[in-house]
Amino acid sequence: MRSILTLSLVFSTIRLATPLVWAAIGGLYSERSGVINIALEGLMLAGAFTAAAMTFYTHSPWLGLGSAIIAAAFFALLLAVVCIRFKANEVVAGTGINILFLGLPAVLSGALFLSSGSTPQIPKDQLLPEFGRLSVVSILAVLLVALTQYVLYRTPFGLRLRSVGENPGAADAAGIRVLRMRYTGVILSGMLAGVGGAYLSIGQSSLFTRNMTAGRGFIALAALIFGKWRPVPTMLACLLFGFADALTIQMQGVAKLPSGEDVPVQFIQMIPYVVTIIVLAGFIGQSRAPGALGVAYDKES
Amino acid sequence: MKLLRELRFPLLAVLCAFAVGAIVVLLIGDNPVETFALLLGSAFSWPDGIGYTLFFATPLIFTGLAVAVALRGGLLNIGAEGQLYVAAFATAWVGITFTGLPSVMLVPLCCLAGIAAGAGWAAIPGVLKARFGSHEVINTIMLNFIAVALVGYLTQYHYRLPGDPIMETAPISGAAHIPRLGTFVPGLPTRIPLNVAFLLALIACWLVYVLLWRTRWGYEIRATGQNPAAAEYGGISIRKEIVLTMAISGALAGMVGINEVLGYRYRYYDGFSDNYGFTGIAVALLGRNHPVGVIAAAFLFAVLQRGGVPVDAFTQRVSKDIVLILQALVILFVAAETLFRPGGRPQGARTKI
Repeated sequence: MRSILTLSLVFSTIRLATPLVWAAIGGLYSERSGVINIALEGLMLAGAFTAAAMTFYTHSPWLGLGSAIIAAAFFALLLAVVCIRFKANEVVAGTGINILFLGLPAVLSGALFLSSGSTPQIPKDQLLPEFGRLSVVSILAVLLVALTQYVLYRTPFGLRLRSVGENPGAADAAGIRVLRMRYTGVILSGMLAGVGGAYLSIGQSSLFTRNMTAGRGFIALAALIFGKWRPVPTMLACLLFGFADALTIQMQGVAKLPSGEDVPVQFIQMIPYVVTIIVLAGFIGQSRAPGALGVAYDKES
Repeated sequence: MKLLRELRFPLLAVLCAFAVGAIVVLLIGDNPVETFALLLGSAFSWPDGIGYTLFFATPLIFTGLAVAVALRGGLLNIGAEGQLYVAAFATAWVGITFTGLPSVMLVPLCCLAGIAAGAGWAAIPGVLKARFGSHEVINTIMLNFIAVALVGYLTQYHYRLPGDPIMETAPISGAAHIPRLGTFVPGLPTRIPLNVAFLLALIACWLVYVLLWRTRWGYEIRATGQNPAAAEYGGISIRKEIVLTMAISGALAGMVGINEVLGYRYRYYDGFSDNYGFTGIAVALLGRNHPVGVIAAAFLFAVLQRGGVPVDAFTQRVSKDIVLILQALVILFVAAETLFRPGGRPQGARTKI
């Protein structure tokens, strides 16, 4: 085992955890305000595609990143309107957004780049910069977690967000504008998930490919639950899941079972999902969701 | 009149989805009329159009029913995708393993294996909810990924033919094949994979109708879905209902494997599902969680899927993925049903985690 526990595994873990942290912290803002965000996967894809396409046209990763944030925020707003204004079932609407982003990037890249789902390759010098072996997005992710910890527990905004998610009726009675807080939470989740997606296409790799998130939005959701909807534990959960991912990559063809066979990667891939189920069932400390998560707010009821 | 009222809302949702879809096509720079003509028009030619459309509709009827039954019971099963993978593998496993059996025994055994595997896989989140109160939405999502990894492992390490570059199992015994409809229907060539699983899907719709509206079990499922507190007060065990409803839902999703393995590819093919489990959500919602509605909605989505091929071939820019966009828009518009009933309250199941 010693040979695979190297420094490169540490960097690989950070690299793979970065998009998870952005999306999971995004999800935290939405879910703490009381809106389930199953759509993280789709919002990440929105960010990834927009970032790659805009960087290709403008040759600037910063414009790419900025437009990724705007695009993902726009579709988060759409989700918010459907869920909050029209009281749609949040899980169903989120699934709709996810399916939309299996299709929309493919249709757009077909029209723009005459390809079947991917953008052209972006030159290496136009990707998001790295310092040492760490991407700027990874460094900012740590700041994001610290900032979220502060905002959530030390500012009036954080208090309002949490109260709206726990007990909207009481929050409303205290003069907090429940629906506005929820819109804010969902839009923030879109912006942050958009950054996570942009990192995938113009940081970790150099183009957008079809469904390139490959379930990372759901792993982020799992990390959020594992982290009990709190910023720092959520980040640690992302690192754990990133580590599992890094391990599968490193172990391929290296580690062997005592019988001489390869270790089946599928079992390591299952770890985040199995862990989430176990945690949610309360075997390792109960994970309690915000009180009003998934309940549309209706003044009259 | 009642029928009209039931139809009005899904029709509006589909119209709105197509209107927004038309705008997307316009923005891309193609002609929406031409695109939609291709999309909707290619499904009705005989025999290829109709044959393939009904073949595409088959898995969607099963998954649509699966989601509909769960929603009637107040549960949101977004794990049909995982359930159908596990079930299809179980179906293939029986077909590969018990090669000595005659057709009359092997085919039912394969079907039962799939149904049981689907039911068992769906019962896991059911038990978790009933026993620990953890929400079925998160657990079914997680189990989707676990299912894909599990059957991927079994295929790759244990049931793949040596040297086969494709992730697929060995073929099932010839005795496990179920006939294609072309064998009975004059003019329908047997190269079209439409098979008796389609008839099974129609029978499943009838059975679900009987179950939900003509039996005590169904009454208890619906009562639990509409008002769990009242149902419990009336002497229904909510915990039992949750597990039972999920198992029935998973059994229906699992029947996709019959169409895929016994009637189409004659082996388990990794990653075969074209999002059937998630499209099932759209099918159930659009079909108002009613078996007849499910058939109609599954047919609509199958028409679109069939139409994707000529759209790819004959339009300038739009690709067949426009079908996914339309599907997503239908889901969003159906979910936002109060959009069409100002001041109204949503009727669908609420999701409280």
